[in-house]
Amino acid sequence: MSLKVVDLGVARGGVPVLEGVNFAADPGEAVVLTGPNGVGKTTLLRTLAGLQPPYAGKIILPDAEAIAYAGHADGIKAVLSVRENLSFWARVYGHGDIQPALEGFGLIDLAERPAGNLSAGQKRRLGLARLAVTGRPIWVLDEPTVSLDKQSVAMFGAAVRRHLDGGGTAVIASHIDMGLPVRVIDMTPFRARASVSRQYDEAFL
Amino acid sequence: MIALFLRDIRLAVRAGGGFGLGLAFFLIVIVLVPFAVGPETALLARIAPGILWVGALLACLLSLDRIFALDREDGSLDLIATSPLPLEGVCAMKALSHWVTTGLPLVIAAPVLGLLMSLPSEGYLWLVVSLALGTPALSVIGTFGAALTVGIKRGGLLLSLLVLPLYVPTLIFGAEVARAGATGLAVETQLVLLAAVTCVTMALLPFASAAVLRMNLR
Repeated sequence: MSLKVVDLGVARGGVPVLEGVNFAADPGEAVVLTGPNGVGKTTLLRTLAGLQPPYAGKIILPDAEAIAYAGHADGIKAVLSVRENLSFWARVYGHGDIQPALEGFGLIDLAERPAGNLSAGQKRRLGLARLAVTGRPIWVLDEPTVSLDKQSVAMFGAAVRRHLDGGGTAVIASHIDMGLPVRVIDMTPFRARASVSRQYDEAFL
Repeated sequence: MIALFLRDIRLAVRAGGGFGLGLAFFLIVIVLVPFAVGPETALLARIAPGILWVGALLACLLSLDRIFALDREDGSLDLIATSPLPLEGVCAMKALSHWVTTGLPLVIAAPVLGLLMSLPSEGYLWLVVSLALGTPALSVIGTFGAALTVGIKRGGLLLSLLVLPLYVPTLIFGAEVARAGATGLAVETQLVLLAAVTCVTMALLPFASAAVLRMNLR
């Protein structure tokens, strides 16, 4: 399952932020996007995930339902237990077994705890464990290592490595070294010229 | 899809879920009206269907902003939108779980509260029928309003203003069924119109809700 991005331009609120982005990620390969705050990494990832349409260029995917997206927020319900949170997503994606995901992210001992009582790092781990139950080949991750300690970062790195070894692909916006063989792409050269596109309908909003 | 429905029901009945919110509001309004109007049974019986309907409608309105706002705040709405669930189905399920946690308890509580309003005995059946038929429309329209205002922080006021005019047909026909039923008149025409409003909103609005949700998630 490979992901290919051709001449992609993305916009936020009608203002183009990135232009002419080209890259490809083949099975077993992880691409890390870097760049200063506000350069448009999140916007690019949201576009890849299909939450907004690109304003120029193309995203070529093997099939429409290939991407698992994880944003800044983990989508955790505080009053549900860790197990309930995870099995909800497992059922949405049609996979029954959450045990490997719980094990992979060290959540076994926390499984019956209400998610609201978890620490920030534990919540983040639960949010990332969701990726493992989606069963989707392309992971699109926005700053996945925020609030994780060194050990959890290693745990996350191992999970990504398992995913890549299984023929998966990952596109990650991050500044932290996860101990993975990755291709780093700096977003700064793709910054769009500061102009408001007149063709785009959201320019008037 | 069923998983989403079950999750929403579970969230509603757990702490802070707001399950009893609409019901408690309905109860308070209907208990207070006889105190404010005075103990004239004849007058209360005349206004009972209307008051009960307005009470139910406002109780429904109270919990609308929770439909999408909570999922938006914790990020699950983005994740649901990128999941295999079709957004139209998500909106329909959200409306259904709102109805089960808000509309259905109102339908069940209404006859008891009709007693407080000295509703004539022939009115009970039609009150329950009209509410059972009308409250699903309130939930579906409300879901549409919630989808429209999902990007706005504390959008409750805007939501109420947007949704209230859309509630008027349901209120008119629903209260009309209950009123005609209580006075022993024929209810068929009003009943059919109420059912028509509910059917049309249920058939069309999930698609509209999904479309505005996609716009708001950009």
